[in-house]
Amino acid sequence: MKPEGLKLINEEGLRVDGRKPDELRPVVMEVGVLKNADGSAYVQQGNTKVIAAVYGPREIHPKHLTLPDRAILRTRYHMVPYSTDERKSPAPTRREIELSKVIREALESVIFVELYPRTTIDVFIEVIQADAGTRTAGIMAASLALADAGIPMRDLVAAVAVGKVDGQLVLDINQLEDEYGEADMPIAMMPSLGKIVLLQLNGVLTEEEFKQALQLAKKGIMKLYEYEQQALRKKYVEIKPEEV
Amino acid sequence: MSITPTNLRIVSTLKKHSMASLIEKGLRIDGRKLNEYREITIIPNYIAKAEGSAYVKVGGTVVIAGLKVGVGTPFPDTPNDGVITVNAEFVPFASPTFEPGPPDENAIELARVIDRSIRELRVVDLSKLAIIPGEKVYILWLDIYVFDHDGNLLDASMLAAMTTLLTAKIPKAVVKEEKNVELNKEEKIPLPINNKVVTVTVGKVNNKLIIDPTVDEEQILECKLAVSISEDGRIAGMQKMGTGVFTEDEVLKAVKLAKEVSKTLFAKINEALSKVQ
Amino acid sequence: MPILVQHRQIVVPGQLLAEGRDVEVKSQHTVYRVGDKLYSAVIGLAEVQNNRINVIALEGFYFPKVDDIVIGIIIDLGLTSWTVDIRAPYTAILHANDALNKPFNPLKDNLRRYFDVGDLLVAKISVFDRTRNPILTVRGKGLGKITKGKIVEIVPSRVPRLIGKKGSMINMIKEETRCQIVVGLNGRVWVVGPSPLHEEVAILAIKKVERETHTTGLTDRVRAFIREELKKRGLVS
Repeated sequence: MKPEGLKLINEEGLRVDGRKPDELRPVVMEVGVLKNADGSAYVQQGNTKVIAAVYGPREIHPKHLTLPDRAILRTRYHMVPYSTDERKSPAPTRREIELSKVIREALESVIFVELYPRTTIDVFIEVIQADAGTRTAGIMAASLALADAGIPMRDLVAAVAVGKVDGQLVLDINQLEDEYGEADMPIAMMPSLGKIVLLQLNGVLTEEEFKQALQLAKKGIMKLYEYEQQALRKKYVEIKPEEV
Repeated sequence: MSITPTNLRIVSTLKKHSMASLIEKGLRIDGRKLNEYREITIIPNYIAKAEGSAYVKVGGTVVIAGLKVGVGTPFPDTPNDGVITVNAEFVPFASPTFEPGPPDENAIELARVIDRSIRELRVVDLSKLAIIPGEKVYILWLDIYVFDHDGNLLDASMLAAMTTLLTAKIPKAVVKEEKNVELNKEEKIPLPINNKVVTVTVGKVNNKLIIDPTVDEEQILECKLAVSISEDGRIAGMQKMGTGVFTEDEVLKAVKLAKEVSKTLFAKINEALSKVQ
Repeated sequence: MPILVQHRQIVVPGQLLAEGRDVEVKSQHTVYRVGDKLYSAVIGLAEVQNNRINVIALEGFYFPKVDDIVIGIIIDLGLTSWTVDIRAPYTAILHANDALNKPFNPLKDNLRRYFDVGDLLVAKISVFDRTRNPILTVRGKGLGKITKGKIVEIVPSRVPRLIGKKGSMINMIKEETRCQIVVGLNGRVWVVGPSPLHEEVAILAIKKVERETHTTGLTDRVRAFIREELKKRGLVS
């Protein structure tokens, strides 16, 4: 229940962290952060921090788990015990199981799995600090990690959660807004192609509010998409040839 | 960890093609239109020993939901609210591809989607289920069991869940000495219900949207969008399922379609309720 | 002009490369088409030539091709064959009958006598298709067990840059460092030199090419780099 007197939008129309309703949290994106994984990435949005790593395509045993005409995906979304206010048990929770499924299904339409029959592509997402928007940060980190691994994809995935707080739609909710708001809508897209790969709504919206929420999400997604592209390019542009 | 499923039902390519081409023309293999449900049967109070229950059949899909009630401590951040937990299981014999074991990701997803819609709409007024505020509250266990899988498990399960909640009769709590609570089975009261909700799953085949896919049709769907709709037409939850993609347009169309079609489901629930005295 | 990117521009997955049905594509898994539009599937360098477009991946693994020369490591033994890691999604197989000049009898002989787990070899891919793992052969000039020198690994998609147009880059490195170098198309490079110091310089040069793949004027810079490094170590180039 929302604490008495908690205003998620103040008189100036600003949110608890000072943002305007259509403002994203500050973003950090790094690609190639792990030595062992075939591909990896770190994404930070506000206080939410996630690391994603990719292995593959590679063979696994037993072979009967593979498919003859495409790669299978194995995806794990997991939160480390010290990522939340109350310690989270390391065992997979029902929420982590659901999110692992939802993220895997999103990635299945992005990766060209038919190119690598009888292999598996493993995607691991660890949330190391949770301040809402963990699945959207996670799927972005996963898509950067896949690109870092050189695995062919249709597009990068950009994602954000739109919320409704004190009756107003806001972009990129934080934990307070998630807990005490009226709706939470995470959405992930392949922005170049205009395709929605992940969409959930927890809360209540009218049809009109939903339409507006989609528009607001798209704005945020296009911006995040730019950040992702920059993060990938950064690795190469930074290597300036030494002066001869 | 979620893994690409490799043990799916086999549907012949011939059948897949004929289903897909019929859908192109606006028809289904069983003669339905794209926005029609199969025959729906709802029988409330199906299990005498449960405080609430409902048997639902949609086409060949059979779901039975049951409510059991107990007394327990509230969650620390909601000391004056009762507690409701929603669990779902797909019984192993419901489909040749189901394995025995703890609920898999599909059953977990189904339970959580239903739980969220019920919770966010405050379908059950949990604030009226405190017995000794801060100490003892009603605990409601809503268990949804799928006994036969012929597609569209989510819509059928939500119908069963909603009907169960609407027709449940819970024993009145009596506070005895030293704050012991007893449930008096002789005196039963209905659950405090604020709202009704149904879930409509919209499937996408090529560019067409269909309602209530059969288990075979589910094999040709690119993806699904489950939309929960309240009786007053608000969206109370959404979940995209499956490995395909939607355009923004398709999502908006699906929501509109779900709203329209939800009326059929509410009518069915009301019909079932009217037969209960 | 239907092509929207420049030659040697860094492109990312989902980036629109060109529009138009008459644009030619020559790529392996790096460019894909939706209707009239061509998109990049990976992070890479665009190659634009007249009306043809390709993307050279900057990251990634090795995807086997028949007749490719690869450098592998034995990772397992079967009854009559070895399993070889070639840095690809699939492990490769080397049959005993191929490796030996005589028929192999598992009852009388032991595979370990010829190749043991951990051994390195230069091999050629003789068979590969979608239904089975690549099969290697060591019959041929320059193929067989590696017994001296050093191995360095680079991102496989950068191997063409290491080789250079008509071998220009790799031949320059060989000449300047006086090393023999075999470049496996799977991103493993075998270096044998007159001394370990020579080999070290060659490896540094190879890593430099890998790091600066996407830049121009690389051959000259690497040549200057090698001469500098040789000098530092008191070697004459």
